[in-house]
Amino acid sequence: MTLSKRFLALLVALGVLSIAGAGVGTAQTVVGVTATEIKIGNTNPYSGPASAYGTIGKAIGAYFKKVNDEGGINGRKINYISLDDQYSPPKTVEMVRRLVEQDQVALLFQTLGTPPNSAIHKYVNEKKVPHLFVATGATKWNDPQHFPWTMGYQPNYQTEGRIYAQYVLKNMPDAKVGILYQNDDYGKDYLKGFEDGLGDTAKKLIVLKQSYEVTDPTIDSQIVNLKNSGANVFFNITIPKFAVQAIKKANDIGWKPLHFLNNVSSSLGTVLKPAGLEASKGLITALYMKEITDPQWKNDKGFLDWVAWMKKYYPEGALDDQSNAFAYNVAILMTQVLKQCGNDLSRENIMKQAASVKNFELPLLLPGIKVNTGPNDFAPIEQEQLAKFNGEIWATFGELVDASKK
Amino acid sequence: MPSGGGATSKILGLVVVLVLACALPFLMSGFRVFQFTQVYIYAIALLGLNILTGYNGQISLGHGAFYAIGAYTTAIMIDKWSIGYGWTIPTAGILCLVVGFLFGRPALRLEGLYLALATFSLALAVPQILKYFEHWTGGSQGIVLSKPKAPWRLPLNEDQWLYFLTLAILIVLFVLARNLLRSRSGRAIVAIRDNHIAAEAMGINSSLYKSFAFGVSAAYTGIAGALSGIAIAFVAPDSFNVFLSITLLTGVVIGGLATISGAIFGALFIQFVPNWAQEISKAAPWAIFGIFLIVFMYVMPHGIAGFLRLAWIRMTRPTVTGSKAAGEARP
Repeated sequence: MTLSKRFLALLVALGVLSIAGAGVGTAQTVVGVTATEIKIGNTNPYSGPASAYGTIGKAIGAYFKKVNDEGGINGRKINYISLDDQYSPPKTVEMVRRLVEQDQVALLFQTLGTPPNSAIHKYVNEKKVPHLFVATGATKWNDPQHFPWTMGYQPNYQTEGRIYAQYVLKNMPDAKVGILYQNDDYGKDYLKGFEDGLGDTAKKLIVLKQSYEVTDPTIDSQIVNLKNSGANVFFNITIPKFAVQAIKKANDIGWKPLHFLNNVSSSLGTVLKPAGLEASKGLITALYMKEITDPQWKNDKGFLDWVAWMKKYYPEGALDDQSNAFAYNVAILMTQVLKQCGNDLSRENIMKQAASVKNFELPLLLPGIKVNTGPNDFAPIEQEQLAKFNGEIWATFGELVDASKK
Repeated sequence: MPSGGGATSKILGLVVVLVLACALPFLMSGFRVFQFTQVYIYAIALLGLNILTGYNGQISLGHGAFYAIGAYTTAIMIDKWSIGYGWTIPTAGILCLVVGFLFGRPALRLEGLYLALATFSLALAVPQILKYFEHWTGGSQGIVLSKPKAPWRLPLNEDQWLYFLTLAILIVLFVLARNLLRSRSGRAIVAIRDNHIAAEAMGINSSLYKSFAFGVSAAYTGIAGALSGIAIAFVAPDSFNVFLSITLLTGVVIGGLATISGAIFGALFIQFVPNWAQEISKAAPWAIFGIFLIVFMYVMPHGIAGFLRLAWIRMTRPTVTGSKAAGEARP
């Protein structure tokens, strides 16, 4: 009697074990997902030197609030946990480990900054946590062979640099190019893309390169040097503060080169207006988003929807800050990926769906630019279009340049 | 303090703390183990800074620079020359000792706040200098490392191994610091703080000992930086901004100036309080942190270590501090 009971118990135990074993064998890892919730982790610089970017993390939270108010995704609400990393890599490591190991998030989304993401790159790939649509313009996030759990988002700086180079080669083959760049990874990435794009002719065409530190008060002397070098093409790799100075100074000293302004500083509201719309005439840039301070979009549906959402869900956010438009776009993309996942929210499937976005349009991308990813393409946005400032708006011209087709 | 009963209970207390410290990585999640490893790393740096600021009376706002030098020494040795990480830690310490000593020589002509400014410039300059030597330092992209695995087939994961490695180094450095501060040199260092003219009159070479204190202090901080580079497995100029130096000084003062155990309390404070502040208010975490800071300074004017010592004395000698004794003391 007791023996048969024991035998039964053993059988049951074996049964349970084999089921558990089978479960382990085929299993997909589902973490941070319940019948009513999906946990998403994020780090952003809410304090410290880069805290101006913190609005991206807040705006994303505001967008997920809208998604939740409308019933969530397949009945699941998004639980968005965003922590301050102060743009300090050791802090990012600590916060991301907290999100992954303690809060048990399903995935990481839009962690911000090149150094912070570099610090967690290996860790998230060892832990096999989806690390999606990181907020940095560096080139290294599109590497699915070595880092199958990390995916970029925006067009990278090198691609943009190459686009300007192609324009120069086509339209001004005997140009004399002067370059002003910020002395850090951002400036050097642009520079590298541009020089690569010019290829063998780079040495011949580039007559002067000038750099500045982000802490410098002014770049006036660099502009004077560039003018004196006789350059007739100017590639302006500066952040908004210095872009304003450069456009003004060049105008003041009567230097009128073909002026390429990097996308980073293409805002009408924060750069061109302060620099003077007349002085800004003729600037060329490469765009992938609708510039929200550009009046040509004032009746655009995507823009109006964005304004309505801002007013309802993020009233404290600035309507002339392109970062808030950036956050809106990328949060919509994240929502789309989760919708595509259906009811299979395993980490494997989240990654698989993130890598199968096809011709998806975001409301604040330029018309015609589409998000595309694939198992070997972890660079979601790779199209850009050249635009010339005509004194009122950025008028796009030419065809969409697709960096994925070289 | 060296009385019989006090000493045994002190040793007993230390043993209990040590046993707890050794048990901790087996009771907590990897993330917590990592956090405590950070605490020990900070504690080493704070002890270094405390030798300078607490014991020798020199204020430094630039120890983040030595932390950075330590971290980069390790990272460059591992990344460029494939040297075992074990060798890089003492190298970082020795290099920072030399740099600290050399910086201390001219800097000691500056007193008090002027020295603070001079060291502050060091904290400001180092992240930018790191960007210039891009070939070595990887510029602002930094250097990515791999976390070391436990040697000798120890049944420890990477977090646990780093924890014990850091703990061991911490204990060695604490014992060394204790012995140093109780030696002839230690008394000279403290004498200079208390009255450098009197100290010099007694034949103490003030400038030599000040530089020496600066060097030792830098060496401790450099070793902490090296360990941090290994634990984070990534170094970049953004990791070592000015704020790090200020945080270290905050930790020393909160922990307790001129106390050895204060380094641990200060490290716990700078590791965990900012996180709590963020939990309390996402909108203004640093305002909350500021409130914590003021409360601590107000309640514990001699730092956490000083507060605990006072509490301990009161608890163990109830008769002395009782109402009767207090009544007798009044005229």
